[in-house]
Amino acid sequence: MIEVSGIYKSFGKKGEIPALNDVYLDVKEGELFGVIGPDGAGKTTLFRIITTLLLPDKGYARVGRYDVQNDFRALRKILGYMPGRFSLYQDLSVAENLAFYASIFNTTIVANYHLIRDIYVQLEPFKDRRAGALSGGMKQKLALCCALIHKPQILVLDEPTTGVDVVSRKEFWQMLQRLKSEGITILVSTPYMDEASMCERLALIQQGRILSKGTPAGILSDYSGRLLSVRTGDIYKAKLALENAADVDDVYIFGESLHVKTQNLDPARIERLLAANSVEVFDIKVIPPTIEDVFLAKLQS
Amino acid sequence: MNQLKAFILKEIFHILRDRKTLLVLFGIPVAQIILFGFALSNEVKNTRLLVCDQAHDSYSALLTSRLDASRYFDVTGYTENPEKGLADLRAGTAHMVVVIPQDFAGKLDHGNEANIQLLTDGTNPNLAATIQLYVQAIVNDFRNDMYGKPDLPYEIGVSPRMLYNPQLKGSYTFVPGVMAMVLMIICTLMTSVSIVREKELGNMEMLLVSPMNPMTAIFSKAVPYLMLSLLLVTVILILSVTVLEVPIRGNILLLYLVSFVFIITSLSFGLAISTVTNSQQVAMLISLMGLMLPTLMFGGFMFPIENMPLPLQVVSNIVPAKWFYYSINDIMIKGLGLSAVYQRVLLLIGYSAVFLAISFRNFKIRLA
Repeated sequence: MIEVSGIYKSFGKKGEIPALNDVYLDVKEGELFGVIGPDGAGKTTLFRIITTLLLPDKGYARVGRYDVQNDFRALRKILGYMPGRFSLYQDLSVAENLAFYASIFNTTIVANYHLIRDIYVQLEPFKDRRAGALSGGMKQKLALCCALIHKPQILVLDEPTTGVDVVSRKEFWQMLQRLKSEGITILVSTPYMDEASMCERLALIQQGRILSKGTPAGILSDYSGRLLSVRTGDIYKAKLALENAADVDDVYIFGESLHVKTQNLDPARIERLLAANSVEVFDIKVIPPTIEDVFLAKLQS
Repeated sequence: MNQLKAFILKEIFHILRDRKTLLVLFGIPVAQIILFGFALSNEVKNTRLLVCDQAHDSYSALLTSRLDASRYFDVTGYTENPEKGLADLRAGTAHMVVVIPQDFAGKLDHGNEANIQLLTDGTNPNLAATIQLYVQAIVNDFRNDMYGKPDLPYEIGVSPRMLYNPQLKGSYTFVPGVMAMVLMIICTLMTSVSIVREKELGNMEMLLVSPMNPMTAIFSKAVPYLMLSLLLVTVILILSVTVLEVPIRGNILLLYLVSFVFIITSLSFGLAISTVTNSQQVAMLISLMGLMLPTLMFGGFMFPIENMPLPLQVVSNIVPAKWFYYSINDIMIKGLGLSAVYQRVLLLIGYSAVFLAISFRNFKIRLA
């Protein structure tokens, strides 16, 4: 459904600021595809190219049977796009915004109400409130409604859950699952690694390069080596000790514990190593890696 | 059609909900009309006059009282010392010093000739020249009353008559000027800023990814401002007729037609600005510097173009407001018809076409 092939894009007067570097991506029809990476990784630039808003320096992108450069007019009819920045009219009410977006897509709220019903019922009590006065989560729901009102074939969402509370984030992903079951292809980006498992397939992106792509399980199985979670009395001292140890590939703080990536070290040896540095050890165990661990490992290599 | 309607409706909401801006838009013309009509004018009144009377005779007293009686002058003091007069001029407490020499009456009665000296503050040349003329007129009257009209042979009488504006009211030139300024502010400044705002706030990003023809978006921006401008023209006309007592001598429909064309010119200029800028500040700056300033300087209603050096007169020809101002003046004050203004109207239409072409050429269908 979406095919991105060898795309390069840079900014600045002489193109000295690279944003995307040889990016390949393919999203199948009806898929919920996630692009995950930190701020500044190139997610927004990639999405703007896919939504016809920017032209790539090199390479091409196709959505459905349309080329993003040549067939942009036709493509804009079947795309639903929700920019990372709140782009609705703050001085118009919830209902006015929705009606406006329905009209510019030559449709009505009634015609596609079934698509947005689940989301819109939550907005209904505030329908006369101005969009600028809504909470962050409500704004995102309204923006999603506006992007959906014309029943797009492809929905492109740029960081829809950024700045939204945990409960609303979970709700938002549930909405996306429902929309997927309606047959809409969804491309979504997020800086939150923990949201990776919500996607069918995903791509990890950093500094304009795709580090890895596949199903969440596939990406996790890609992890080479062993991951240990270490809880100690002095996390900083332990980190320092392990950083200098042989056979430790990487060590980083992960919440309250230390994650240690290694090829062959077992918990007992780590414990001895820490004891030698007079660090009190509470608990050491081998754990399965998370997407974040994979991401960090990919960054290192 | 539905798109266009939705868009225009949205714009009207934007305008109506921004109460402060709306208040300013209606406040500017009302305040200007009232200010310029009553407070600010280049007519000279209440000039402060110091009389340096060295004669102290009945003639000098009579002349002084005549000056004081005139509504143009207030005699603020008397002195015998010319140095004091100079000091007062320097300090600004006097605009003019009239020096009446010793033995004024005697010289007049016996010598048939007497001179008085007028010292004026030349830092304000217009004012200085004007009040000197007024004093000369009063002195001439005084002489004629004392000795009768001089019996000169071969006299050429000059009888001036100011056509169209016999009372030389400043508001006659002023009303068309305010109209030109206000229309420029609303049409050019407001339109360019409101389109650029959509870019700056990111609305354009979502709008572009839609079947919306971007030109429709931009044209529908213009419609509410066109209506607002016509409403303001009406407000200005009503105020000038009722408050300033400026007549509308020509055809009022023609007046509206010319205003309509000028509004279109200003709107298309605003559109052109909005397509080449990306921030509201820049749009505002271009509108103000590129438009308001030339309009004020070369529009013809602040500084008479006829008095400018030739190169500046040529420059003034490219300012659209000039042609609007002259046309409104001709229709409103002189009561002329279409035949007098059609060339200027055609010129304004030409301007609109050029600006619109620039907008079309520069309109971005993508973000960067």
